[in-house]
Amino acid sequence: MAEPLLEVRRLFRHFGGVVATDHLDLAVREGGVHALIGPNGAGKTTLIAQICGEVEPDSGRILFAGRDITGLPAHERVALGLGRSFQITRIFRGLTARDNIALAVQARSGSSMRFWRPVAAERALAEESDVVLAGLGMGASAGLAAGSLPHADQRRLEVALALACRPRLLLLDEPLAGMGAEDAQAMIGLIAQLKQRTTILMVEHDMDAVFRLADVISVLVGGAVIASGAPQAIRDDPEVKRAYLGEEAA
Amino acid sequence: MALGSILIAAIAFPFAAHALGWDYYVGVMTRVMIYALAASSLNLVLGYGGMISFGHAAFFGAGAYCVAILAQEGVVSALVAWPLAVAVGVACALVIGAVSLRTRGLYFIMITLAFAQMLYYFFVSLKAYGGEDGINLAARSRLPGFDLRDETTFYLVVLAILAGCLYFLRRLAASRFGAVLHGIRENEPRMTALGYPTYRYRLVCFTVAGGAAGLAGALIVNQHGFVSPGLLDWTQSGTLLIMLILGGVGWLYGGVAGAAAMLLLEEVLSHWTGYWKLGLGIVLLLVVLRAPGGLGGWLARGGARG
Repeated sequence: MAEPLLEVRRLFRHFGGVVATDHLDLAVREGGVHALIGPNGAGKTTLIAQICGEVEPDSGRILFAGRDITGLPAHERVALGLGRSFQITRIFRGLTARDNIALAVQARSGSSMRFWRPVAAERALAEESDVVLAGLGMGASAGLAAGSLPHADQRRLEVALALACRPRLLLLDEPLAGMGAEDAQAMIGLIAQLKQRTTILMVEHDMDAVFRLADVISVLVGGAVIASGAPQAIRDDPEVKRAYLGEEAA
Repeated sequence: MALGSILIAAIAFPFAAHALGWDYYVGVMTRVMIYALAASSLNLVLGYGGMISFGHAAFFGAGAYCVAILAQEGVVSALVAWPLAVAVGVACALVIGAVSLRTRGLYFIMITLAFAQMLYYFFVSLKAYGGEDGINLAARSRLPGFDLRDETTFYLVVLAILAGCLYFLRRLAASRFGAVLHGIRENEPRMTALGYPTYRYRLVCFTVAGGAAGLAGALIVNQHGFVSPGLLDWTQSGTLLIMLILGGVGWLYGGVAGAAAMLLLEEVLSHWTGYWKLGLGIVLLLVVLRAPGGLGGWLARGGARG
């Protein structure tokens, strides 16, 4: 079997007396959607933060594309192909949607320690941004201030920013957070498209979305993975039912 | 264009002032422009970089001391002393920034303040160069081809430097680097998630501003003919902050407008009363309450263009 794209080994992290990640093992294979589910406080967001390098683990290892990235700064992980979206929308509200994406494109196209030439003169940045936005059906909003977009479009831009980094592994932290039913359907359709192009590791509470999108599901309880497998196997797992699913999805 | 006419008026000013017998005001305006440069360099840190530094006078004062100490040691050429003042500003900012930028918010304010006070006490204890009393600059720096002792010439040199630095700031703000600064100011965690080493960009911003403040220091010691530790005092950092808030944080000409407003207000009010700072306080209060963007924001709302 091929080596996993992302491998987490015996990862441990505590905050004071609270153990957020408890000797966690996880392997994400290339291709498709790998969903992370679990009750609130199971340590999903802390795990994502450690994979991205925003939170340092106390012990354990994180390997990406065969390379140990445990001690690597967050920005260098992005360059290796780890892109993320946030649970709470983190867009540049004062910039246009196009300039939002242009910042992402700029990050991977040469040095930004350039002080003289106007960035507006770099047509390639704007053109590539427009391609990214058009690909997400946001072409018409390119010139609008990101902060003035409707909530659903802001969530879409949040994903677009991660996507514009051209990640090998896209980490989506609750992409459906705060969305109405209709917008959620559109976002599910979008993620279904994205998974053709890139591997996705997704944290999501919406079980409908998880079971429609995921190829593999891992269940996180108390900072550890209690089960991992195909959606049907997870649905039928008695331990998962007892710990988590039984309460929310009957 | 309004900008062009302001520049032409600024160039014509010393000649007109001389013809009208207002020579005193040439010196006043020179001082305004030097403080405008210092406040603009703080604007790069605060307005563009989003870092609230409370120790910016350290670089200003260090640049001034650099020129005064060099002069005392016999180095009077502006071509040597001024670039060295920039280098001293850069070096101080690099060291102070490298440590301070690891902190955020209130801690950053306090640590920049602490560093500036350390430099302040360093110069107080520097007995060889005047200690608490400071040192005199026997004569203005020598610039080949220009007689800086002449007030009009010095004024024009300062104007050229200020205009050059503002042009650089404008280019920088619109460049790739400026775009990154904007992103960091608005949403630093996202910039990290896009792959930017944000610490590095903030440090470069802080360091460039330190160099510009050092240059302003080199000019102010030439203007005053004197430097004392008071130039590095935390109240001086506060003065630069007040100028910038008055003028408009993050507006290209905020430092210029603020320095002009504050120093001219001081000039006018201090003729009337020794309590001119009270008047300044009232004006500042009005600006903060009624015109949050400073003079720049007020101009923008009024539809006027600077």
